[in-house]
Amino acid sequence: MSAVPVLVAMSGGVDSSVTAALLKTQGYDVTGVTMKLWGGVQDSGCCSVSDVEDARRVADQLEIPHHVFNFGDDFDEFVVQPYVEAHTRGQTPNPCIECNRHLKFDKLLRRATALGFDLVATGHHARVVDTGSGLRVGRGADTGKDQSYVLHMLTQEQLSRVVLPLGDMVKDDVRALATELGLRTADKPDSQDVCFIAHTTGGRQNFLESRVELTPGQVVDGSGEVVGSVDAIELVTIGQRKGLGVSGVVAPLYATNVDVSTATVTIGSRRDLVVERSPVRGLHWVGRAVHGEVDVQTSAHGSTSLGSIEDGEIVWAAPTSKVAPGQSVVFFENDLVVGSAIAD
Amino acid sequence: MMPMLTDCYANPSGAHKMAREARRHLDDARDVLAEAVGCAPGDVVFTAGGTEADNLAVFGVQAARGGSVACAAVEHHAVLLPVEQLGGKIIGVDHLGLVDLDNLALQIDADTSLVSVGLVNGETGVIQDLVAIAEVVRTHAPSAVIHTDAVQAFPWLDVATLAAPADLISIAGHKFGSPKGVGALIVREGVSVSAQQVGGGHERGIRSGTHNAPGIVAMAAAAAATVVNRDETVGRVAALRDTLADGLLATVPGTHETGVTSGGGAASRSGKIAGSCHICFEGIESEALLFLLERDGIFASAASSCSSGAQDPSHVLAAMGYSRELAGGSLRLSLGHQSIESDVAAALDAVATSVQRLRETGS
Repeated sequence: MSAVPVLVAMSGGVDSSVTAALLKTQGYDVTGVTMKLWGGVQDSGCCSVSDVEDARRVADQLEIPHHVFNFGDDFDEFVVQPYVEAHTRGQTPNPCIECNRHLKFDKLLRRATALGFDLVATGHHARVVDTGSGLRVGRGADTGKDQSYVLHMLTQEQLSRVVLPLGDMVKDDVRALATELGLRTADKPDSQDVCFIAHTTGGRQNFLESRVELTPGQVVDGSGEVVGSVDAIELVTIGQRKGLGVSGVVAPLYATNVDVSTATVTIGSRRDLVVERSPVRGLHWVGRAVHGEVDVQTSAHGSTSLGSIEDGEIVWAAPTSKVAPGQSVVFFENDLVVGSAIAD
Repeated sequence: MMPMLTDCYANPSGAHKMAREARRHLDDARDVLAEAVGCAPGDVVFTAGGTEADNLAVFGVQAARGGSVACAAVEHHAVLLPVEQLGGKIIGVDHLGLVDLDNLALQIDADTSLVSVGLVNGETGVIQDLVAIAEVVRTHAPSAVIHTDAVQAFPWLDVATLAAPADLISIAGHKFGSPKGVGALIVREGVSVSAQQVGGGHERGIRSGTHNAPGIVAMAAAAAATVVNRDETVGRVAALRDTLADGLLATVPGTHETGVTSGGGAASRSGKIAGSCHICFEGIESEALLFLLERDGIFASAASSCSSGAQDPSHVLAAMGYSRELAGGSLRLSLGHQSIESDVAAALDAVATSVQRLRETGS
């Protein structure tokens, strides 16, 4: 029987390098592909020329073919532009989720189909688990690196074609294997932050300024009194402490509400951020709806809190920090993704 | 070339016997190349390729003479980016990719110091009428020098004749059989070009740097062979290209051939070089097509590859008025002097099958 063809998304990082190596060892017919997503100048993330070079050289070493696909137009349409628009609405976007949703597991998967590949593999730290009553995204063995949150939206059809070889490994073992195999990416630092924003050139503010006009805003306290100002209301996130232009106060103050329509940030104490319920929209259950408590995760590398979903709200088992509107909230049961929603 | 690597490997700028021998080969090469391109031997400035020659022409003339620069919107990036960096004018083209002479007249004036229009477009193979362009330039920008990137033209056209109106001509050896990394800028007598790379004062002080003697000798030999065989090659390859292009138009629906006049057949392609078959397919993406073609042993390209190896959207097709979507389905099949009928048959079959497959899978 001939080897099963698999297309491996290689970013030029250590995880996807090891993914390709493992699949080759396991007897797959491996082809590497790097998605060129962003043409701008950036100092992190996954598509600078040197990252493509790393991917290509690892592929050379593994003796597998390597291709580069330019998905720049799709990336701009489905990831970058929505990211900008979310900020202008005062929402907190998660571009990694949108990139996974539209690029890695849609555009690339469709391209794979056209080229004769049933399977696409990535270096995500997560598992595809067959529960007997459907496939689920499961947490990776490395709890600190687990990426199931950013893969929560994968459909049954997508999951049936996705291979995640690193799900059972911890990052240290991934690096150790890369070192053992002599892969040049073994010691490459993990990618951080939003890949299309260069921190050497002014970061998020400069990036957003290049795309939209930013709105100066006022900062008010709980009584409505103006106590400060911000350069850009679009850049303020709930829970933020720094950069609110507030001076002369003793206790730490946080952004507790952001109203883009009136360009107003409300600040308050830590206590003002604590809520018992969080409204959500776009509620989706992977299988049957879960009644009762689930583990709720509200950010990519955040911890979970217990809560149940009632009438479009998460009812927290214990009061917890307010969730920034726009954030994905993902529900887990026994470390498997069972549902999701968007914080409202 | 090989003796220059094994026996006569001295630096041609040296003073000793072996250096003088190398120098003689270099001077012979200069004579041969000058004749092939239609210039005096003293006009030849050897470079490390076409990009360097183009950069030297644009930046070098502007540095020497000041004024503004202009180029066609379909130029290779080696011309386009220097012109853009200097804040120059970009001249529009028509749907065939030919310079819009009215637009040219509008955009240049007495302050213009350089106008650059490539004799043949690298993507579409379309040939520009340099005589007509030169006439407009002489009328509206009398002090401007004309540069032409003839890199793509040399294997197929009598550059000595067709580029005669140009004051500066770029060529690159690898397009006609020499190793990569060698080219030349022809700088006709009286044209001022400031060096962009200074040092030992080689090449009349315009381009310093130890000569790539083996590459230069190889380029001259390849140029001479190209000129001798050109008529025969062009006739034979054009017929093969017509078979390929007509075959694709006939067998693959939703196919648009670029740079051709209406009517079809060989006559419609008289404005293109013989080795170029450039097609846009509706409803597919070039990268996927190239991937499938590679498996069938067809090594082609679409627009221009960026440094990462990804395919960039074509600025040439955009300038010609093609939608981004249709331009995204472009395919550049290049034929060479070694192409034979069975190659064409294989390409025709592979392209037709792959395009159909991609359309069926909707990618």
